[in-house]
Amino acid sequence: MYPAQFDYRRAGSVDEALSLLQENEDAKLMAGGHSLIPMMKLRLAQPPVVIDIGRLNELKGISEAGGSVRVGSLTTHADIAASDVLAAHCPVLAEAAGHIGDAQVRNRGTIGGNIAHADPGSDIPPVLVLLGASVHLQSPSGTRSVAAGDFFQDLLMTDVGEDEILTHVEAPALGAGTGAAYLKFEHPASGYAVVGAAAAVTVQGGRCTGAGLVVGGVSATPTAVDVSSLVGTDLSDDAIAAAASGLDAEDPIGDIFASGDYRVHVGKVYGKRALAAARDRAS
Amino acid sequence: MARVLGTSIKRREDPALITGRGKYTDDLKAERMAHAAIVRSPYAHARIRDIDTSAAEALPGVLAVLTARDVAAAGIPGVVPVGWLLPDLKTPAHPMIAADTVRHVGDAVAVVVAEDRYLARDAADRVAVDYEPLDAVADVVAALEDGAPAVHEEAPGNVAFDWEIGEREPVDAAFASAAHTVELDLRNNRLIPHAIEPRAVLASFDSSTGEMTIHMTSQNPHVHRLLMTLASLGMPEHKVRIVAPEVGGGFGSKIHHYADEAIVGLCSMKLDRPVKWTATRTETNLTDAHGRDHSTHCALALDADGRITGLRVDTAAAMGAYLSTFAPAVPTYLYGTLLSGQYDIPAIHCHVTGVFTHTAPVDAYRGAGRPEATYVVERLLHLAGEATGLGPVEVRRRNFVSPDAFPYQTQVALAYDSGNYGPAMDRALEMVGYDDLRSQQAARRDNGGKQIGIGFSSYIEACGLAPSAVVGSLGAQAGQWESADVRVHPTASVTVYTGSSSHGQGHETTFSQIVADRLGIDPEAVEVIHGDTDLVQFGMGTYGSRSAAVGGSAIVKSVEKIIEKGKKIAAHLLEASAEDLEYEDGSFRVAGSPDRALALGDVALQAYLAHNYPDDLEPGLSATSFYDPANFTYPFGTHVCVVEVDTETGSIDLLRYAAVDDVGNVINPMIVDGQLHGGLAQGIGQALWENAVYDDSGQLVSGSLMDYAVPKIHNLIPFELDRTTTPCPHNPLGVKGVGEAGAIASPAAVVNAVVDALAPFGISHIDMPLTPEKVWRAVNS
Repeated sequence: MYPAQFDYRRAGSVDEALSLLQENEDAKLMAGGHSLIPMMKLRLAQPPVVIDIGRLNELKGISEAGGSVRVGSLTTHADIAASDVLAAHCPVLAEAAGHIGDAQVRNRGTIGGNIAHADPGSDIPPVLVLLGASVHLQSPSGTRSVAAGDFFQDLLMTDVGEDEILTHVEAPALGAGTGAAYLKFEHPASGYAVVGAAAAVTVQGGRCTGAGLVVGGVSATPTAVDVSSLVGTDLSDDAIAAAASGLDAEDPIGDIFASGDYRVHVGKVYGKRALAAARDRAS
Repeated sequence: MARVLGTSIKRREDPALITGRGKYTDDLKAERMAHAAIVRSPYAHARIRDIDTSAAEALPGVLAVLTARDVAAAGIPGVVPVGWLLPDLKTPAHPMIAADTVRHVGDAVAVVVAEDRYLARDAADRVAVDYEPLDAVADVVAALEDGAPAVHEEAPGNVAFDWEIGEREPVDAAFASAAHTVELDLRNNRLIPHAIEPRAVLASFDSSTGEMTIHMTSQNPHVHRLLMTLASLGMPEHKVRIVAPEVGGGFGSKIHHYADEAIVGLCSMKLDRPVKWTATRTETNLTDAHGRDHSTHCALALDADGRITGLRVDTAAAMGAYLSTFAPAVPTYLYGTLLSGQYDIPAIHCHVTGVFTHTAPVDAYRGAGRPEATYVVERLLHLAGEATGLGPVEVRRRNFVSPDAFPYQTQVALAYDSGNYGPAMDRALEMVGYDDLRSQQAARRDNGGKQIGIGFSSYIEACGLAPSAVVGSLGAQAGQWESADVRVHPTASVTVYTGSSSHGQGHETTFSQIVADRLGIDPEAVEVIHGDTDLVQFGMGTYGSRSAAVGGSAIVKSVEKIIEKGKKIAAHLLEASAEDLEYEDGSFRVAGSPDRALALGDVALQAYLAHNYPDDLEPGLSATSFYDPANFTYPFGTHVCVVEVDTETGSIDLLRYAAVDDVGNVINPMIVDGQLHGGLAQGIGQALWENAVYDDSGQLVSGSLMDYAVPKIHNLIPFELDRTTTPCPHNPLGVKGVGEAGAIASPAAVVNAVVDALAPFGISHIDMPLTPEKVWRAVNS
């Protein structure tokens, strides 16, 4: 399809992008273009102005300092999937990025564009919520950060203000004794997650001292599962299955491929499997 | 000279295609070219109260907005015809542009022509159509129910036709005395063809000559010219040239004549300018003729020894909102006639109801009727293996048509020319290590967890659509021969003009191999021209796996004529008798005198000089042939699919896929393997993922590639292929055709495998596509 007419502006800096945002009502920021352009081609989005921030190198890159990893919003999924820094400090984020789309999508799509679009079938959001990551935003009035768990508000809705740019995400590095895993049940047509389960457990002295499970695809936003019952256990298969079965979604998403009930069921199965994989990696 | 027939020489088409130099219709540009956008109904069924085009026309750069009124004013026939008639077939008119009623989402109601395609689309959004929505029915079964909304007044009960084949009484008798019976209600899911290249057309009318050249995505340019001129635009046939440039796949969807291409032709005539239109993927999904969409009740009767005594089939087949070009033939003569499969079945009866629905039309899609028939027969054979206790292998073996029974007359009209079904089954079993697989399966069943299943499909197909007189007697409004003009140039290089129009199959490579083999020359010395009605004599095109068997045979016929004429010229030059000459390795030789010989080039040169030449012979060395086959060809084979089913989620992993096919002699093994790979991908796609879903209001809810799952490479596994060879006895190449075999055989193999895996759960059937949720629900019900 052919998009409606729009103006194209390319920003040379974050500051310029911010002022272009202020000057142009209803303008949309474009990073890799892999969420926005398909919407425009279907005329579901008809922004009068597209502000291209794709070349802002200041928003690219992955680093680690002081026990946390920082990923610039324009970092591509391919770079995240292949990152040595993440492999050493936060491999589950790289694992999830490697599941996104296909090689071409991963080469162009960015983490910032991905989470700003907030598709419920996206692979990154449940991992960020699991990790307790923070999302960093900049506006003409300054910068702020918001917890990933609060960032995703509803279907395709986030906490990004109209005058804000998402600059980077920060996540605590996984500590010793912690294992994490992301498991994806892929939609055969879209390649999005029907269900994506992100799990982490920490084991000390053969006992679980911390556990988390967040499931994507079941609801409009990532669904955290209370798996605190695992703390103090030896993470037996039965204990894990019981914990994962606590997944609950009030208003699950359904489509012609997978109903809401089925997604909840698969969320429990994949939650269980992700926890087991995390346990095996923790030891 | 090394033989070139049967060797995997590389496709000469590929260097251009894989380096982006292929010219597809949308790549073409013309002086003063304008762009069309078609306004389509958002409703499945509605009355058009009014169309206001003024806002669209007011947009600067908009050249014209046409509606049904303009079609009428043009004084042209303005309809899209059906090309295959059945007794008592209801043939309601299919107007190029809907006049007062729309009958499916995507039905054309207006067209906008503008200076660029973005503007055309903007203007199309401004065409205001006042619809009165009406009740719609999209489902083939619901459309037959009392009180269902009527698609056409002329077709009460939405019945387009009632058709039957075989005899009912012997089948009833067989069931009355059967030791075992199995029966099944099944749906054959509706599919969208999804050629990578969407349909496109560039129509260039020139009022100074009254001629129009139409470049378009066509599998059969001459057929398109005939239908376009006769039924739609009312132009003299000789004033229209249709060219198919590179065509990026069709799978049948580019056989048919559509309203859109005719609409664009009309736009060009009205504006006296070239006009281009390229379907968006959304338009493709809404308007390309879909495939399959059957609801079937079927049953098989067997005696105490497990021999089949009768087969009963009753099918409702969706036609969609209008009868597409060959639609009535697909669920009848390409379906009911194949229901004997590879088996000696003494009594068969099949009844088919063609049903109008408020959906896109349904027509031939890779396999066209034969995948549906194979699915019925092979699902029943699977059930028969369980009911008799013989298992899937023995019940098939016991019923195979015996190799000494050919030609074998089935109870459903077809006479199989040749076949030898046991060896293909044997080889497939050997390839997968059948006994070992069964041991693994048993171990899994004992241990729980993921289950393994093994599924078979022993299929037959009928290819190379067959004697013209026969298809004519069955309702075809076309012949089913093929043409070839082979021209040997004075320097002994050759140009072949074939009526078989390639859209990705590799005709240029394989046809040059045929000529090179017969003439004993280098394939590089042979050029193949196709897809242009001004260059090529009338031809029928490419579909139904017919190009090698029918088109290739026409080429052989021309080459034989050339050799015969060459012998006369050589005999004159060598002062010998033409009867004493033989042609071998590129030379005419006097039998028994090897030194008395002339190369093809010597003879070709003399044919054009005609200086020293037989008195009774015309100059030149070329021949045109029209080959009308004696029968269909009957490829067959056995496919084995092995799956692993995760019973906790219902998801299915393919573990093995072995296919042993007998397609007769093989011209280029690499191309044959490639055809099988593509067909298997589509057949496995039908079994596991693909589904065109309309909701109750007739909206296509799987209208985008976000919802309609076309198999991607990572969904599939490496296929294990082998062949047996039983040459076709009635064509000169002994070839049968392979384009559809994979799509015909594989759905049944996959479903049989999954059902086999789930046998411990008491599951005997799940309708395609076998989505994880469906499998999970079956396991848990």
